[in-house]
Order: sequence, then C-alpha cells, then structure tokens
Amino acid sequence: MNPMNVPASQRIAFVVMLAMIAVSPFVLYPVFLMKVLCFALFAAAFNLLIGFVGLLSFGHAAYFGMSSYVSAHAAKVWGFTPELAILAGTAVATLLGIAIGWIAIRRQGIYFAMITLALAQMVFFFCLQAPFTGGEDGIQAVPRGRLFGVLDLANDMALYWVVAAIFIAGFLFLYRVVHSPFGQVLKAIRENEPRAISLGYRVDDYKLIAFVISAAMTGVAGGTKAIVFQLATLTDVNWPMSGEAVLMTLVGGIGTIFGPPVGALVIIAMQNELAQLGAWVTVVQGVIFVACVLAFRKGIIGEIQAKFGKPL
Amino acid sequence: MADGFVLETQGLTKEFRGFIAVNDVSLRVRRGAIHALIGPNGAGKTTCFNLLTKFLEPTRGTITWQGRDITRAKPAEIARMGLVRSFQISAVFPHLTVLENVRVALQRARGNSYDFWRSDRVLAGFDVRARDLLADVNLTEYEGVPAGLLPYGRKRALEIATTLALDPAMLLLDEPTAGMTHEDVEHVVALIRRIREGRTILMVEHNLSVVSGLSDTITVLTRGQVLAEGDYAAVSANPEVRAAYLGAEEAA
Repeated sequence: MNPMNVPASQRIAFVVMLAMIAVSPFVLYPVFLMKVLCFALFAAAFNLLIGFVGLLSFGHAAYFGMSSYVSAHAAKVWGFTPELAILAGTAVATLLGIAIGWIAIRRQGIYFAMITLALAQMVFFFCLQAPFTGGEDGIQAVPRGRLFGVLDLANDMALYWVVAAIFIAGFLFLYRVVHSPFGQVLKAIRENEPRAISLGYRVDDYKLIAFVISAAMTGVAGGTKAIVFQLATLTDVNWPMSGEAVLMTLVGGIGTIFGPPVGALVIIAMQNELAQLGAWVTVVQGVIFVACVLAFRKGIIGEIQAKFGKPL
Repeated sequence: MADGFVLETQGLTKEFRGFIAVNDVSLRVRRGAIHALIGPNGAGKTTCFNLLTKFLEPTRGTITWQGRDITRAKPAEIARMGLVRSFQISAVFPHLTVLENVRVALQRARGNSYDFWRSDRVLAGFDVRARDLLADVNLTEYEGVPAGLLPYGRKRALEIATTLALDPAMLLLDEPTAGMTHEDVEHVVALIRRIREGRTILMVEHNLSVVSGLSDTITVLTRGQVLAEGDYAAVSANPEVRAAYLGAEEAA
C-alpha cells in the first residue's frame, strides 16, 4: 500500500457513497436525505477535532445553531439568495470559532470539553435573548429562494442536488485537510503533543486552525439545514445538538473518514423510525450510546476498518 | 562566544510548594562537548533538564543560549533555535509509520506545514532525506511499520533519527539508555558518538558506564545542587561524590 495516494478501500467507499447519494432520492423521501447530509457534514466537521487532533468539543451546537439563525435571517429578512445566506451563516460560525477556539485550545481533555460547553451555552443564551432569533418561536417560513438567483429551490429534488453538492464539497475539503501537510502535523499532535512541541511545532496555532475549520464546516451544515427546513430554532443551538454530533461520530467511528456520515445516517434514520415512541427516542439513543461505548468502541466504520485492516 | 560556552545557567532554581527541586544551579556547557548530568534518584536531574528545555518555568535564575536569554522562551521556540530534546519514555508518534515519524520533523524544518489545502503527496519530497536518516540508525527495513509496534531499542533509535532530522545544534537527551538491554545500550552509545560531530550534547544519565566512556564533562547533582564538576576521572575521585553517589551505587 502506498501511503501517499488515496487507498483503494477509501476510493471504493467514496464511490459507494456517491452512488447512494445519487440513487436514494428516487427511493427515499428527499427531505429526510437532506437532513442526513446536513448532519453528516456536521459530524464530519466535528470529527476533524476529536478524530484527528484529539480534542473533544462539546459546544459545536454554537456554530451549527448560530449559522442556522444567521442564514435564516439573511434569507428571510435581507432577501439573500440561499448560497449567500449559507455563506453569511458560515462566516459568523467561523468568527465564533476563532473567538471560542482561541480561549478553549489553551486547555486539554475534560477542561477543553467543559470550556467549549460553557461558551456554547453563552451563545445559546444570547440566541434566547437576541430579538432577531425570535426567541422560543425561532425564525420560521424561511424562503428557500433561487440558487444564484436562478434555480428555484422550492422543488425538493432541485434542493436535494444542491445539498448533495454542498455535502460532497465539504466532505472532500475535510478529507483534504486530514490528508495534507497540515493534517500530518495534526496527527502528530494527537499522537504525542510534547514530542510535537519538542520538534518546534507551535501546537496551539495548529489546534486553532483545525478548530476554526471545524467550526466553519459546522456552519455550512447549520446554514444549509436552515434553508432545507426553512427554519432556525433554539434546538439548533442548544447543547443536545452538540451531543448529536458526538453520538453520530461515535456510532460511525471516531477518526475514520466515512464513519461520521454513516453515524449520521444511522442516528437520523433511527430518530425517524422511532418518532412514534415520543420521548423514548432519547432513551433508545442512550442505550445505543452505552452499547457503542461498551461493545463497539471503534464505531461501525471503525470496526470494519479494524476487521479488514484497510483505512476507511 | 569567545569562551566557547553555548548553554549557560545562572543560579537556576525551581521550587515546588516549598520543596526546592533545583537549587542555585549554574551550569556551563562547552560547544561541541558531551556534557553529562548525573546524580542519585531525586537529585533534580530531570527537573533541571525540564527547566533547560523549557517544559518547566524556573522560579529564579537565567538560562542563556549562545549569549541570548531564553529563560522565558517557549519550548517550541527553543526547538526552533536548535535546542532539541528527547524524552525518557521513548517519544514516537505510534500510529504514524517509521518513515512518517521522520518526515514530520523534516516537514517542520522545511516549511509548508500550515498548508491544509495541499495534498500530502508533497511530503514525498522528504522521503529521500528521511530514508538517509533511517539508514543511519539501521531502521531502513522498518520504514512502513507503525512506530508503536517497534521494539523499545528501535523506538529510541527512531527518536534519535527524528531529532537529527532537525539538524539541531544542541541535543538534550533525557536518559537515552533508560530501560534498555545491554546490547541496545552499546548501540545507542555508538550512535551518540557518531552524531556528536558538530553538535553539543547534554545528557541526563543514570548509567555510569555510559557516562564514563562518552562524556567530556560531568556535573554531579545532589539534592538539587551541584556537588562536583569535571571529567570522569576527577569526578569519580572526589570523595564527596563517592559518598553521595558512587558509594550509594556500590552499596546497592
């Protein structure tokens, strides 16, 4: 196996994923699939930190929700086209990522998780109080608009292909970050931070850049979600949303390339199927979480990867 | 640096909540020398080492490197100035291959490490140099193996290859032979002899036979203070040193 090129196992997995994205809207409900794609990108962005730098953020709802609000507001109140609305949300998520990341990367382990959670709760409180978010009502009836002012996205299928393109672009971008000279340093920091320091790496800079990239891609996911559902609410920015990203990544496989999308698919499908159980969904999710931690610590893709000895 | 000393400390002191681990240590390391820091357990060797490599902040005192005050410098910065340390527990990147371990160091020295948009194929440009370094420490056949799977002695060799990839002016080795078999010790000693050309080496070492054969200067620490300094013959003849260290060793 040549480590310099994309391994065959990942090429195959990528083709399978593309095929599924291409075929599934003819079989399944497009809005459900768009939700999966948004969360797949969210989980993949989250995984950049936990899987490749070893940082557990428990505040990714802040970037997801803030971007969701800003995109919804930009599309509805300012009349932005959808791509500009998503970009506006992403820009705000990026700035938020710089501010929160700058504070959080100074701490490690559980303290890092706690600081990200605390700061994200401050963002939640801001969203609860700020007039533009609509408080408990959120921002509703967001127009999907026309892509580049041309393509009408009111049609679910048209919007689906746009969302699919956004997901694939984001996924490939994150893949590139992981497999770049920069990504190689991230892995070195994850593996042995004191050693990376002793080789002269300013590890805080690397962590911050990774943090901001992760926040930005989370912002893309959040903004896209707002356009798809024509809705931005407090759910997007509240802490259980951060937990969703953790859960999806864990179920799919931390530190794998294809794990987070698979985890997103499994969790969203489960939430859909079990919706009639009402509040019990949370209980079932909790049981799955416990089962994963106890039995399949590597997650679905992680276990497959370990079984076949091929990177996925 | 007309006096030929590259690394100097003045009154270096480290206190931990009232306990003085390193007390008023003034060291001078001559350019091109192998300088050993020895002493019984708890003498403050490792603390002193961590102060020099900036992994700990001194309570008092100054450290200068080639005439420049580095007392408050950050650890990554002194590495960039050419002072590169090793660790007592072998410091490799366990899930990266042996070749990738060395490349990570080469990549730092030669740039583009912040490029997150570029393919890691550009790192192949470092392969030739990385393989040369691996050949130097007899690790050629292991280049594709994840570093975590190497036996202990080979990990130490890899760590040295990684360190040399930065071409440091000064190497700080923390017990380079700790936990090694006799055979591995000989291998590392031979390696240190080979790499000393054009470099200064400061090593903390417990193994006296290593120190006796290698070092130009030995500083003996006890209870955080310098007890004696000189070449092996002078230090080992010092009655105080014999009592504090060698005596204890013989009695053990």
